[in-house]
Amino acid sequence: MTGYEPILTKHLGQPGSATLAYYLSNEGYKAARSAVRDMDRSQIIQTVKESGLQGRGGAGFPAGVKWSFIPQNSKKPKYLINNADEGEPGTFKDRLLINHNPHQVIEGMIIAAKAIDCHLAFIYIRGEFVKEARVLETALDECYNNKILGKGIFNSKYNLDIIVHRGAGAYICGEETGLIESLEGKRGWPRIKPPFPAIEGYLGCPTVVNNVETLANVPHIIANGGQWFRGIGANPESPGPKLYCVSGHVKKPGVYEGPCGTELTTIIYDWAGGIRDDNKLKAVIPGGSSSPVLKANEIDGLKMDFPSVQAAGSMFGSAGIIVMDETTDMVQACYNLARFYAHESCGQCTPCREGTTWLIKILDRFTKGQGRQEDIDLMLDVTDNIGGLIDLSYGSFGKTICPFGEAVSWPVRAMVEKFRPEFESYLTEKVTG
Amino acid sequence: MSFSFTTDRKKRFKALLQSYPDKRSVALPALHLAQEQEGYLTRETIEALAHMLELAPADLMDTVSFYTMFRTRPTGKYLLQTCSTLACSLNGADQLTDHLQEKLHIKVGETTPDGKFTLLKVECLGSCGTAPVLRINDDYHEKLTLGKVDRILAKLK
Ligand SMILES: Cc1cc2nc3c(=O)[nH]c(=O)nc-3n(C[C@H](O)[C@H](O)[C@H](O)COP(=O)(O)O)c2cc1C
Ligand code: SF4
Ligand code: FES
Repeated sequence: MTGYEPILTKHLGQPGSATLAYYLSNEGYKAARSAVRDMDRSQIIQTVKESGLQGRGGAGFPAGVKWSFIPQNSKKPKYLINNADEGEPGTFKDRLLINHNPHQVIEGMIIAAKAIDCHLAFIYIRGEFVKEARVLETALDECYNNKILGKGIFNSKYNLDIIVHRGAGAYICGEETGLIESLEGKRGWPRIKPPFPAIEGYLGCPTVVNNVETLANVPHIIANGGQWFRGIGANPESPGPKLYCVSGHVKKPGVYEGPCGTELTTIIYDWAGGIRDDNKLKAVIPGGSSSPVLKANEIDGLKMDFPSVQAAGSMFGSAGIIVMDETTDMVQACYNLARFYAHESCGQCTPCREGTTWLIKILDRFTKGQGRQEDIDLMLDVTDNIGGLIDLSYGSFGKTICPFGEAVSWPVRAMVEKFRPEFESYLTEKVTG
Repeated sequence: MSFSFTTDRKKRFKALLQSYPDKRSVALPALHLAQEQEGYLTRETIEALAHMLELAPADLMDTVSFYTMFRTRPTGKYLLQTCSTLACSLNGADQLTDHLQEKLHIKVGETTPDGKFTLLKVECLGSCGTAPVLRINDDYHEKLTLGKVDRILAKLK
């Protein structure tokens, strides 16, 4: 992208970029200081609303609007939880943000906390990220030692504590209500909504859950203004800097920062170096494993932002772009993902628990060359039973307690429908497999 | 044998109780702390922790059983966790797992007779850009080739 200067990963690779000294010498904590000392709740929320910042955890909900749902006059404590569970296959950006610049994330948390009148915040980090949890602990210690956290921060009357809380290996704890249950020391079983976390979240108190990357954007919005942010990218309805995670069959996999609305082909071919061995592209999962697959001919001109990817029949999600070249066996890829979801279903809802088990049973038959003609339609039926027909209008989720049902059924359905001949060929050719 | 935290960990546990707004929320950090000390979580350990957190042992047991990282059985000295999810699988994770099974003469889920290695298949480790990924105890090893894995294992004593 010509003319785009990285914002979130500006300091990537600089020695000492994770330290407070480095961060302070690069304007760090100026935005938090002014938010805490000079701005009131509504000013912060208004600025973030103006910016158009949408959640980067997958659902794309406007951050400022979410914060405004926290009841102002409630006497209960309010909680902020930074979702660092990063479990969606294909997604590996939050880890980078934490490792190379933890203070940017913490600064975003301080501002968000002030906006919702929160005095105790959590970073829920997946249990496997042991090193990253240490990086955060070290950064928090630096903050406590410099009056950036604790009592009377920035010499104001405002108090804020932040706790790093490690998960213990469960994808579903990335879902915000599963996360809250897990934080409460229970199994990570998602809750029925409503009530929404903004009204009854952690310990029954008003709670905001935001993704790491969402929060990392906040200091820049406070420093430069909502309009500045809205001007970044191709579409003011879905603006801002974005971290794109590219994995699979590309020459240079990794995290690339660019504006929202960057064309998917630019990301894959110009930034990630194109397809490995100069093979032909077969398919792309654009927004983490829960987003329906796109065929090679569906990505030309596709802009990577929430509305554009939705219009193309998939989801922007977490911008976890998984690239598959012509050598990819789509039946195996489908089996792989179905297995993931069957393993990670929390088991609470019958359609999800039973449906994912069915899917892997059928796919297992396929890969062993024992698939039956009717199995293909059976799979489509099963996906309907878990998640309903593909209807990407938000809020149309229905058959299960949490959107995991859709997260498994849409991608599996898309793979079967778009690559049906490949599934059929398993019926005839691979019988001896 | 009954369980108690070492002096240092007892301090950390007390600090946890003070910083969280309720006791039950300390369950996951306390379990991590205990597992780090003991290697795995026995029934006695879980009962002792439940007592410290004022929970019914069955409630804490229920929590433990939900999370893959909490282990209720001993494992080898080195816990090899190969990521088997899509991005890693597209980049040779299955061959990597096969290689480890052959090299160590164990299947996924088993421990070598000398107690040195346990091999597990796990789901996406959040590091898909450096696939295939193998996590050994708490450390990530990324962009692996079979040769690289051999060299890493050779260094583990
Ligand atoms: C099955 C499932 C898994 C999820 N995993 C994550 C995750 O790992 N990280 C994350 O930030 N959000 C995840 N989410 C989304 C969260 O529920 C929530 O929408 C998000 O953390 C809100 O933050 P945001 O508005 O800043 O995006 C997941 C959702 C579902 C349904
Ligand atoms: S949809 Fe699946 S993961 Fe979500 S609550 Fe129901 S069983 Fe659990
Ligand atoms: S698929 Fe292996 S780390 Fe994500």
